[in-house]
Amino acid sequence: MKVVNKSVRKKDAMSLVTGKPVYTDDITTGSSLIVKLLRSRHAHAIVEEINTERALKLPGIECILTYKDAPQSRFTNAGQSFPEPSPYDRLILDKRLRCVGDPVAIVAGWDEKNIDKALRFIKVKYQVLEPLLDFTKSKDNEVLIHPEEDFKSLVDIGADNNRNLCSSENSEYGDVEEQFKNCTHIIEETYHTQANSQTMMETFRTHTSFDAYGRLNVISSTQVPFHVRRIVSNALEIPKSKIRVIKPRIGGGFGAKQSVVSELYPALVTMKTGKPAKMIYTRKESFTNGSPRHEAQITIRLGSDDDGNIKAIHMYSLWNAGAYGDHGPTTVGLSGHKAMTIYNKVNAFKFDFDVVYSNTMWGGAYRGYGATQGIFALECAVNELATKLNMDPTELRMKNMLTHEQVGNKMPAYYNEVLNSCHLDKCLIKAKEMIDWDNKYPYREVGKDKIRSVGCAVAMQGSGISNVDVGAVEIRLNDDGFYTLMIGATDMGTGCDTILSQMAADILECDLENIVVHGVDTDLSPYDTGSYASSTTYITGMAVVKTCKSMREKILSEGARLLKIPVEKVEFDGKNVFSLEDDKSISLKDIANFSLVGENNYITASESHYSPTSPPPFMAGVVEVEVDKLTGKVDIIDYVAVVDCGTVINPNLSRIQVEGGIMQGIGMALYEDVTHDKKGRLTSSSFLQYKIPSRLDVKDIRVEFESSYEPTGPFGAKSIGEIVINTPSPAIAHAVYNATQVNIRQLPITSEKIVMGMLENKKK
Amino acid sequence: MKIKLWINEKEFTDDVSPDIALLEWLRSKGFYSIKRGCETSNCGLCTVLLDGKPVLSCSTLAIRANGKYVTTLEGVEKDALEIGGFMADEGSEQCGFCSPGFIMNVIAMKNELTNPTEEEIKKYLVGNLCRCTGYVGQLRAIKNYLKSTKEV
Repeated sequence: MKVVNKSVRKKDAMSLVTGKPVYTDDITTGSSLIVKLLRSRHAHAIVEEINTERALKLPGIECILTYKDAPQSRFTNAGQSFPEPSPYDRLILDKRLRCVGDPVAIVAGWDEKNIDKALRFIKVKYQVLEPLLDFTKSKDNEVLIHPEEDFKSLVDIGADNNRNLCSSENSEYGDVEEQFKNCTHIIEETYHTQANSQTMMETFRTHTSFDAYGRLNVISSTQVPFHVRRIVSNALEIPKSKIRVIKPRIGGGFGAKQSVVSELYPALVTMKTGKPAKMIYTRKESFTNGSPRHEAQITIRLGSDDDGNIKAIHMYSLWNAGAYGDHGPTTVGLSGHKAMTIYNKVNAFKFDFDVVYSNTMWGGAYRGYGATQGIFALECAVNELATKLNMDPTELRMKNMLTHEQVGNKMPAYYNEVLNSCHLDKCLIKAKEMIDWDNKYPYREVGKDKIRSVGCAVAMQGSGISNVDVGAVEIRLNDDGFYTLMIGATDMGTGCDTILSQMAADILECDLENIVVHGVDTDLSPYDTGSYASSTTYITGMAVVKTCKSMREKILSEGARLLKIPVEKVEFDGKNVFSLEDDKSISLKDIANFSLVGENNYITASESHYSPTSPPPFMAGVVEVEVDKLTGKVDIIDYVAVVDCGTVINPNLSRIQVEGGIMQGIGMALYEDVTHDKKGRLTSSSFLQYKIPSRLDVKDIRVEFESSYEPTGPFGAKSIGEIVINTPSPAIAHAVYNATQVNIRQLPITSEKIVMGMLENKKK
Repeated sequence: MKIKLWINEKEFTDDVSPDIALLEWLRSKGFYSIKRGCETSNCGLCTVLLDGKPVLSCSTLAIRANGKYVTTLEGVEKDALEIGGFMADEGSEQCGFCSPGFIMNVIAMKNELTNPTEEEIKKYLVGNLCRCTGYVGQLRAIKNYLKSTKEV
């Protein structure tokens, strides 16, 4: 490996740091209609009358669209492979409004001030309905969120709109109740996680126009260009052949942009007016009507014997879909399957879930995709069990979790997939060493009212969706012998354009600069399900490997033809095709140039890849915190992470993934608080109230890798993107417990909750 | 309202609406390095220098720049390449959306602080949010950058 496993700079780095105009709002600077939404003030209402007459008279207002103007086919905004396992429960504009901020009307015009005025001039008569704001009361509630008759799901996901159910399922392996009878220690607790906002720095934004062929062009900040094409087609009732989606550089996604959020409104405006249109979400809109992590309440029963052998796990996830079901049925699955699988030795497990509708903002995909919620709950429960057993929690884990010794074993909680690679034990041992666990666990007094303590958690995720995700890749040999690598995977800043080029460069034995790569365009790029589910390195990476091997074969055979030697007698070293028998050779440059003139073979290769397995990366996270016993303030002193993501393709980029994910996890654990008023309006709708971590909030994050080799991955690689967000919440909750004897089971872990818990403890 | 100002040393005159933010006006003149990440002066993405001092252009009226010198990232390409190079070497530019505002503030910090400690660096840059990197990669880059300028 000459290029793989090297910390090369991202190919687009220098244009990003010099502020070049490469994002959606920079490259669509010509004149286009500005699109804004009139959003519902009510959490649950029906539009009875809507009068746009006065607003339309304002100068520069091009059109105002209401539910009467929008197509009537229901669809889902979830960017998933067809048939999407999310219910078709949406319209672009609906008469029934299901949460505060649901769109009532689309206003498009040339002058922003008049558009803002028009939004105020539209007169709407609402029939205000009783809102259902508490999702724990949703199931079988009298208030129905989706009473419509054309509600449908393409896949059997246990949806029942007459019971407010977006999805539900029960599964069991072994006999859980029987196993609990043999357990001497049982933890039974309920945990609650919030609807975290991804807060990627670039908010949702889309530009639409018609091109010379009369086709709808959609330039959008998205992780899923090909799914956007389908969703736009479904929602606008136009064929996919009439739609082109282009993804320029995007300012972060973290899963938020795996849903269609801003695309449909300007698209409808362009369809109606024939004119270019652009919609840019404000930060407030991104908070109130983005696609945040699903709020969850997870109840766990966890049982072990006296020696700490975990015998049975029962998890019940109650999941708040909010107003619409995007990603609800799929995120919830990970909360059980990806959490329980870590403890693969159990004799029995049971996993039940209900995903319910309510009149709150809808959820979506966010890094970790449900595993984050489940791992918080289960890892907290495991730490609580360790306390009950009076056992070091790292020892309890070493006894029960997946380790290298289980390679080759089936994982019943993980759809019976076989474990092919695992260094989780090495990760935990290393993390303990790095933080000096044995000397620091559980706590030390470091001054009056100040306590330093440590806490731990482990995590797993997957690498792509097995048997579903597809990555196709094309490569072309151009004149003078440089290559164009065409990928459909979306670089959202993480550097996939670069790491996929690194893989190509290694296989083609050339310099990284010899590989040209660019952003996704559905008219030009080969199909890819998109950048989500931690699939890019693993799935598209493997497609790159296959495609480049195929390219090598073609170069060999063309070289042999030009040299007039049988193909079995030549070899390729990246620069020349040469004879194995004499000193005849031909350069790649010559092969390339001859391929474009006269009697030629234009050399291209294309392969696609899917995987029947989704190998889990693993991680151990250990934190040291300082807690002020008087105020309950928690300071992160040190966060240590050791990750097994298989072969690390680009160490620097991987490290940044880990550091960034941990910081997001710390935000989820300590600061990011979602608050509503009594009417269901989000009150934490700006960075003033929704506090994400700043650079002063963490002293240090230290990252190491303990690489296993995944035989089904490119160069032995697994994924890295998502797993890294999963350990902070349980590890910090654990450290806070070790300092204060207070178990915080509801995120975020605020100072108030800690102090109140300590006061409660005193009463006991 | 008529204004006259200098952007990256070039003179500009314009008749602007009194309520237009400096950010919008600068972008309308083609200075696309400037990004908006929030509407509440919280994220630091829109940082430019006004007479050499960092300001948030989303919450500075264009008319406040009247008679002053505005510096955007386009005007300090040499510094951007240098600082950005250290960031790229750590992979800490990531999505890059916060990089322009961040680099502007690093330039301001370098002008203002001599031999800043790690804590001083963090405090100076605390208003520049980033969701990709977790900040420690940016810190490594800045320390390397400051070290390199010291050796020269």
